Amino acid sequence: MILVYAESIDGNFKKSTLEAVSYAAGIAQSNGTQCVVVSIGHVDDAKLADLGNYGADKVVAVNSAKLVVFNAEAYAKAFASVAAAEGATVVVVSNTYSGKAIAGRVAAKLKAGIASGVISIPNTSNGFVVRKSVFSGKAFADVNLTTAIKVLAITPNTFDTHTFGKTANLTTADGGLSDADFISNSVEISRVTGKIPLTEAELVVSAGRGMKGPEHWGIIEELAQVLGAATACSKPVSDMHWRPHSEHVGQTGITIKPNLYIAIGISGAIQHLAGVSSSKVIVAINKDPEAPFFKAADYGIVADAFDVLPKILDAAKKLKAAN
Amino acid sequence: MKILVCISNVPDTTTKVTFTDNNTKFNTAGVQFIINPYDELALTRALEITEKQGGTVTAINVGLADAEPSIRKTLAIGANDAVRINAEPIDAYFVAEQIAAYAKSEQFDLILTGRESIDYNGGLVGGLLAEMLGIPSVNVITSIEVENGVATMERDIDGGKEKVSCKLPLVASAQKELTEPRIPNMRGIMAARTKPLKVVEVSGDLITSATVGFELPAAKGGVKLIPADQAEQLIELLHNEAKVI
Repeated sequence: MILVYAESIDGNFKKSTLEAVSYAAGIAQSNGTQCVVVSIGHVDDAKLADLGNYGADKVVAVNSAKLVVFNAEAYAKAFASVAAAEGATVVVVSNTYSGKAIAGRVAAKLKAGIASGVISIPNTSNGFVVRKSVFSGKAFADVNLTTAIKVLAITPNTFDTHTFGKTANLTTADGGLSDADFISNSVEISRVTGKIPLTEAELVVSAGRGMKGPEHWGIIEELAQVLGAATACSKPVSDMHWRPHSEHVGQTGITIKPNLYIAIGISGAIQHLAGVSSSKVIVAINKDPEAPFFKAADYGIVADAFDVLPKILDAAKKLKAAN
Repeated sequence: MKILVCISNVPDTTTKVTFTDNNTKFNTAGVQFIINPYDELALTRALEITEKQGGTVTAINVGLADAEPSIRKTLAIGANDAVRINAEPIDAYFVAEQIAAYAKSEQFDLILTGRESIDYNGGLVGGLLAEMLGIPSVNVITSIEVENGVATMERDIDGGKEKVSCKLPLVASAQKELTEPRIPNMRGIMAARTKPLKVVEVSGDLITSATVGFELPAAKGGVKLIPADQAEQLIELLHNEAKVI
């Protein structure tokens, strides 16, 4: 039986959750077994039932007033208790901050081998081998998990969602929790509203030192907004506090895997490329024709960003207006 | 206040990654190894906390003798002592087990790790270790203050931040922003030579995974250059050819 942790925010499942459900359902189908989804915290029944469309045979809701807010210890314990009760052999979570917060704890509870950053379905022809990205995307490693139970944290925006059209059987579980399982307390949560979180973005507009100063970011933000993209930046830019650290992509920042990454005024140092090289399509705009980014890009424009961005922004607006 | 900081010994960020032995081993030839940057932030923050309120900082690494320059550097930066568990760090589960076995005998108030190592990008040791020790874990923290046995932290969440408080002991993993790394000074480097670096043998034998091979990503097919005076074509190409917008 394949078990999935269905991460939700404020009662809504994330796209990465639906990807995880379809991923697990695919494995379940090829193994002739069931895909069981665990939702922790409050999500209404209609949304739980909708997971059947993405491949869930059964949805187990673990809910109580204390579980409304994420708590790594309690969520991991509740999830692992369902895994044990259902006899899970493969456990799937999303490779997000919350998914990773519970993944290690769940693996330790189940004495399960674990791989994170997984980008393939398991190959069971000789063991149980999954591919994961390593060196922040500079390479891939194939890892054979040799324990009876396996935990996989799968990379968002890597696997498609599929329509299975199943009718999921909805049940509940109490997770076996007591007050002693809630040691850490969430004091306050602040989410950026009206902007697309970089870690989940399918389109990213990113800029570097070529923008010459934080006061010139208006056009970057406008282009991102028109395209429905998140904004990102290079390490020097966040080090100089032109942009927040949370926008820094690269080997010591965030590794992302969007469908489109537009790099403006970023030379493409090896550390930066590591964090973005898995992007499906890369655009580099740089006035230096020797900039390393052009070797990693699908499309390039050799020009000063200030000369070409207005034209690109204008074209993007026209495209959006026409569609 | 006793703080344990978990250290990975990793290739420098400028490393061009290649493999040997039919793509089954990372090629360390000519590679400079460093303290994992996130672990270095964890170490620095641990020192800031103990400098303010007293206590000790122990650095721990699971690795072979070739990791010792990085371990010695943690002492030069300011750790009081260091422990090396003498084993190849096979995977996150194994590393966490080794550190848990050591931590159980020492009763640390706070255990810090990096948010992930920049080589294998697992990001799993903190959670595994906390569960093995039966204590709470908070990942990707960007700040931590400790007062009266309670830690107050900020952590990154997907699309925002969360403020978390938790009584000690606990395991937390360091994200960028936690603090600025310190460069060891000459006095620190001299002092590091005589600080204790204990080597401990492996305990437990649960092997949960094996890396069977590596592969480098396929090279890009070559860049399609768009003339600067027709830059607006980019949008049309992204829409009709690449079909990403």
